[in-house]
Amino acid sequence: MNGPQDLGGAMGFGPVAPETNEPLFHAPWEERALGLTLCAGALGRWSLDESRHARESLPPAVYYNASYYEIWIRALEVLLTRHDLISELELETGVAAAQSPDPRRLRPEAVPAALARGTPCDRPLDGAPRFAVGQRVRAKNAHPRTHTRLPRYLAGHTGVIETVHGGFVLPDANAHGLGERPQRLYTVVFDGREVWGEDGEPGLTISADLWEGYLDQA
Amino acid sequence: MPHDHPHHDNHLDPMDARVRALETILTRKGLVDPAAIDVIVETYAHKVGPRNGAAVVARAWTDPAFADWLARDATAAVGSMGFTGRQGEHVQAVFNTPQTHNVVVCTLCSCYPWTLLGLPPVWYKSPAYRSRVVIEPRAVLAEFGLDLPPECQVRVWDSTAELRYLVVPLRPAGTEGWSAERLATLVTRDSMVGTGIAQAPQ
Repeated sequence: MNGPQDLGGAMGFGPVAPETNEPLFHAPWEERALGLTLCAGALGRWSLDESRHARESLPPAVYYNASYYEIWIRALEVLLTRHDLISELELETGVAAAQSPDPRRLRPEAVPAALARGTPCDRPLDGAPRFAVGQRVRAKNAHPRTHTRLPRYLAGHTGVIETVHGGFVLPDANAHGLGERPQRLYTVVFDGREVWGEDGEPGLTISADLWEGYLDQA
Repeated sequence: MPHDHPHHDNHLDPMDARVRALETILTRKGLVDPAAIDVIVETYAHKVGPRNGAAVVARAWTDPAFADWLARDATAAVGSMGFTGRQGEHVQAVFNTPQTHNVVVCTLCSCYPWTLLGLPPVWYKSPAYRSRVVIEPRAVLAEFGLDLPPECQVRVWDSTAELRYLVVPLRPAGTEGWSAERLATLVTRDSMVGTGIAQAPQ
């Protein structure tokens, strides 16, 4: 979706302003926000793709005024209510009746193994790749209302296949509960001139990792 | 991004109350164990961070067979050092050369190699970095104090899928004969994102 998250080439956000000796967290609530997000995700009711879609579906004015952990928390509230884990009333009042632990509740002793395992997204695929290394491809001029990982700044532009990867879960489907529908992934290299015309820095190349369905032969 | 700066007053932060309320509800409903949150925070505060990535880079500088493995199959190579897991399930290493400087971004969210670098800094997640580095990387790198020679080309890697990128910076001159452990002290987080280079020996 052409949401607030799709930032490549947007202007007006000012300097990057890296902080010297930046702390890992800027407030105690950020620690809890990280942990809550991971613990709630471990309940297995939604995918990382659905989480990303919930974040990018926040209104642009909210998204741009929030720190990243605030974005996470606001999206987490959406996911928890969408999947009936908490009610709007509970969220409003902060009051909930005590319940016995969910069977999938992440236990402290299970955290190290869960973090070390992660959630691999590669999947076996049948069939040969549609594109080969060195082939010219065009990213589709696509603007779905739904989740996608094709950035707007690359849509419609031509690049070259640099690496042919294996199959990966398709976020466009998985974010909406439509199954994993794995597709082959490619690293595609774009010349900065092709993407930005005269307005990009000279000598720039950009690559993105794009699913087969995002691409057409150029 | 008003919340991104360190000067805000936590006592007045409405997010503090909001997150507290959410944790209370989820705990009451048996969905979250607060002790698990403590372990997660502890992990990223003390166990998983840029030292992991620095160890990988320093080993690649000193061990050609490992560097070759890292280039071919970074997931397996870093996995052999125990660096596996969340936001590092699929890893690719990209090597700087005198001709090409690599820099990593996630324009669409905040994808970052947690297993090797820990949690991303605020600037990495900021709209300013995500919007600009794909169109004017030299201008962005200059804000980090990095001025690349004009003959050096910039390659930006937009992390749009589940591959997580580790930049292997150039080994600094004057470090001949150094051990991997000593070299690792020169490898900064920013040098592994591409917004910096490895430190020169003092």
